[in-house]
Amino acid sequence: MIGSTSSNVVNELDRDGFRMACAGCTICDRTQLSMTAEVHTVADSGVEPGHAQPAGAISRREAIEGMAGTLGVALVATIPVASAAQAGVSPVAASAPGRLMGAPTSALGVRSAFAPPAPRTPTGQLVGSSLTPLHSLSGTLTPSDLHFERHHAGVPAIDPATHRLVIHGLVDRPLTLSVDDLKRFPQVTRIHFVECSGNGRAAWVSPAPDMTPQRTDGLTSNSEWTGVPLATLFREAGARREATWFLAEGADACLMTRSVPMEKALDDALVVWGQNGEALRPEQGFPLRLLLPGWEGNANVKWLRRLELGTAPWMTRWETSKYTDPLRDGTARIFSFVMDAKSIITTPAVPARLADRGWHAVSGVAWSGRGRITRVEVSADSGSTWHDADLGPALPKAHTRFSMMWNWTGEPAVLLSRATDETGYVQPTRQALMDARGAGTDYHNNAIRGWRVDADGGIAFHWET
Amino acid sequence: MRRIPAWIAVGLVVGCQAADEGTAETPATWGIGRAATAADIATLDLDVAPSGAGLPPGSGDAVRGAALYQAQCATCHGVNGEGIAPNPPLVGREPREGFPFGNDPKLVRTIGNYWPEATTLFDYIRRTMPLTAPGSLSDPDVYSVTAHLLVANEILPAGATLDSASLAAIRMPARDRFVRDNRQGGREVR
Ligand code: HEC
Repeated sequence: MIGSTSSNVVNELDRDGFRMACAGCTICDRTQLSMTAEVHTVADSGVEPGHAQPAGAISRREAIEGMAGTLGVALVATIPVASAAQAGVSPVAASAPGRLMGAPTSALGVRSAFAPPAPRTPTGQLVGSSLTPLHSLSGTLTPSDLHFERHHAGVPAIDPATHRLVIHGLVDRPLTLSVDDLKRFPQVTRIHFVECSGNGRAAWVSPAPDMTPQRTDGLTSNSEWTGVPLATLFREAGARREATWFLAEGADACLMTRSVPMEKALDDALVVWGQNGEALRPEQGFPLRLLLPGWEGNANVKWLRRLELGTAPWMTRWETSKYTDPLRDGTARIFSFVMDAKSIITTPAVPARLADRGWHAVSGVAWSGRGRITRVEVSADSGSTWHDADLGPALPKAHTRFSMMWNWTGEPAVLLSRATDETGYVQPTRQALMDARGAGTDYHNNAIRGWRVDADGGIAFHWET
Repeated sequence: MRRIPAWIAVGLVVGCQAADEGTAETPATWGIGRAATAADIATLDLDVAPSGAGLPPGSGDAVRGAALYQAQCATCHGVNGEGIAPNPPLVGREPREGFPFGNDPKLVRTIGNYWPEATTLFDYIRRTMPLTAPGSLSDPDVYSVTAHLLVANEILPAGATLDSASLAAIRMPARDRFVRDNRQGGREVR
């Protein structure tokens, strides 16, 4: 059974047994999934209100006035644990219900010791990757230190004082720009995902039931980026009309190079130095990276040092040997930059298991390299029926959070999500993608994927076929 | 061009040099940065195009290249270019017919059966290999190792020599297999 997270309490079942919204209830709030779930539990399934509460929470709960329901319980339940972990708090103060002596202010904040994020998964190689723990994140912005990594010659430590960006080739005024120079231009701030075109490849080639969202799709992250439009820089350099492609080169040991069509510079390409309110992380190209919103990660050249304008692509190793898509008709697609619409449920998902029957928030992220996500549908029955999920802010070429309430009866189930973007493109099944491209194509894999839920609450990775 | 102000689009499309006079708020140039000197560009500009543009003078030969390969590359890529995981193989012509990579995920894509341009090999080796000492090979060394790998992939005859003209003239077996992206959003899955 599936309910809506955005509606108020639901009194009526619709034809399919799915929840219809009703008006007039002030308890449920669209931003508080846990409260919604609690109310649904009480109102609809007859499960005891205290069913999912931590042991020992009730007496604390009684001590707090004015707090009710799951939210109150959740807050109180964390307090005694927290007090034990704080140094220098007097036992008297700590035992006073609801009071907790605090630590002093700090120069750099740290995450709660009670909620460490799942770490990335470094491979320990010079040509390596590490994956974003999608299953331990909420919302849409990826904390900068959890942004995925894919490097072809390690992470260089570049001094911004000496770093230069050179723009040359088919320009009237070849330019050498320092990082400080770049910050003088008109700047913009935008939220966009970056996704490696190999994201999903491991699961496509060798799927395993114990794969987490991090393992299947952790080569995508979403950040707020600040920088200067490439069009501004090309105008400054006097880009010539004949220029149809440009080459972007990194200052890492492999001198990463990718050819990019000029149209992308005119559209929305940026040279960025800011990420989520601070300087780019070294792993994301400090001090400068190219950002090509919606286009495969590799072309978003990091540690950017040079832009050359020309009339044809250079056919670098990374756009020929790698990141091309062999097709079933005996050809291979080249310069397949755009990442098609895709979604993944991040909760519930491996490594979690469902401890309790009843209402659960099914939530995940969807994105498209072609623009906004307009719809995400969720199925709990392996794709037989689909139901619209609620969408968080849907920015173009950015991760979009979706969520939906699901009442787990204890029967085996298969949870799937399917994204649609503003062009009308619908995330395909694995079979549809294979029919279109062939079984040998592994980059740009956006097929519908999800999670099998077993009767015992165990969860396993699942492809929709 | 949705989000780019009209003055930028017009400037680039119509040709900046003539059309773009700028305005009081957005002058034709901001005057930021300095002119890149020939030296600024020359120290960075290594790239080689399929036309052969950017290939340096000099030459190399496959016999020298084989020796260089054994000394500097074989520890990672194998004595016969077979690859030692995680380092990729560098030699392989099979399958010679039909380019069936789209249907068989087990086929290994190599220089001999998949790379469309020989100039890519020179460019990549010069900029990136050997992995832990990139940039350490001289241009004649890069020509030599490139010649060796093209011989090993049965694209050049044994003992071949290579310079800018002969390298740019090579047609790789997979040259005509690459097609531009025809995905365009909308209902169709491609
Ligand atoms: C320390 C190990 C190491 C050494 C030594 C080394 N390579 Fe590599 N090579 C690699 C790795 C790893 C890659 C894959 C890089 C990537 O995917 O970004 C690679 C990739 C390549 C490729 C591209 C293969 C493909 O199919 O895309 C070529 C060509 C190559 N190396 C040539 C050479 C040559 C020539 C030498 C000797 C001058 C050499 N390598 C020395 C590790 C090495």
